Amino acid sequence: MALDKNQIAKRIAQEVKDGYYVNLGIGIPTLVANYVRNDISVEFQSENGVLGMGPFPFEGEEDADLINAGKQTITTLPGASFFDSAMSFGMIRGQHVDLTILGAMEVAENGDIANWKIPGKMVKGMGGAMDLVASADNIIVAMMHVNKAGESKILKKCTLPLTGVGCVKKVVTELAVMEVTPKGFQLLERAPGVSVEHIIAATEATLIIDGDIPEMKID
Amino acid sequence: MINKKVSSVQEALQGIEDNMTLMLGGFGLCGIPENAIAELVQKQTKNLTCISNNAGVDDFGLGLLLQQKQIKKMISSYVGENAEFERQMLSGELEVELIPQGTLAERCRAAQTGIPAFFTPAGFGTEVAIGKETREFNGKMHVLEHAFQADFAIVKAWKGDTAGNLIFKGSARNFNPCMAGAAKITIAEVEELVEAGTLDPNQIHIPGIFVQRIFQGVKFEKRIEQRTTRKK
Repeated sequence: MALDKNQIAKRIAQEVKDGYYVNLGIGIPTLVANYVRNDISVEFQSENGVLGMGPFPFEGEEDADLINAGKQTITTLPGASFFDSAMSFGMIRGQHVDLTILGAMEVAENGDIANWKIPGKMVKGMGGAMDLVASADNIIVAMMHVNKAGESKILKKCTLPLTGVGCVKKVVTELAVMEVTPKGFQLLERAPGVSVEHIIAATEATLIIDGDIPEMKID
Repeated sequence: MINKKVSSVQEALQGIEDNMTLMLGGFGLCGIPENAIAELVQKQTKNLTCISNNAGVDDFGLGLLLQQKQIKKMISSYVGENAEFERQMLSGELEVELIPQGTLAERCRAAQTGIPAFFTPAGFGTEVAIGKETREFNGKMHVLEHAFQADFAIVKAWKGDTAGNLIFKGSARNFNPCMAGAAKITIAEVEELVEAGTLDPNQIHIPGIFVQRIFQGVKFEKRIEQRTTRKK
């Protein structure tokens, strides 16, 4: 069965290691915070100037001066800090953030990513996405393998305006976990109950399959 | 002691005229100079170029200036929350330059600190880099970006003193510190304005040297864009 958004987030949460500083993009990535193991210490960075981002507040405790990059009200955890936008992106560009998780509309086998613009239809802006993908060494993309029309979004070449070039390393979709290699996407894991054939059919890009592909382990 | 205090928002915004370029602090509706924006609407200053991360929502923040068609050009990183903005942009009524958020912040900081231009990896290989010089450093490609040149910077802080020193609160800080001193004249709008000597110098986030005028806002709505909560 293809994964739902929460299950994709659960699988990605397994990549978060003890002591990591993590930036979560809007959409599916924000759900990752709910599934990080509670026996490890992690700090979430919000690009609008917060480290140590915590869960949403209880009703009645919302603070207009405390929001995340998606403009939602949040709280902070012990050890949190506030800083300005120049320092925030200095943190990002200076590779002080260990892991960046963001969404995408398309990824290509050379690691290109498009996630900010559909010309003539959706031109909301790139926000911090271009800084994040250009700076991070460790990027995981959370995305749907195919769009609503069943067309593959894992491509040989992106068709939409690019957010960054050659920057994606790992992709987790509702069907698979894949890694970008010089020869194409390497299939690492498949969603429980999803066949390799199904994934091949859903992937327009070059897909490398080496031996038996294990299922993702998601509780 | 140098006194930067002005007693009204009208006095604070003296000299802002049609066709000028303004920097405005804030991230979404958080940390926006609400009182100054309301006064700009009152003044009906037109043909403005606004450098601000977002464009507010339809009926609050910079959205109010857009409603009144006072903005000719927006330089922002994300405008998703404002339908009127998207409409004006897609129809060609509004000129828009969308730039990476980190580049936006750094172009302000560069203007503040006398760095005329800098290289950043953000946007290399994308439409953001078109027409710009690129250069390789340490095996990685970068794009040359320039410091902004603006007439006025309008920043919002939590507390300030008559010497222009500023303290920010929470995520309302965002672009305000890097915009202070980044334009020819900086106006600071604060919730609480105290006499110089009241604030502990160790607590100051932005020294008053970057601020030319400071005033206490009369009303702060502090609207929440996405009130998000969790269950007990």
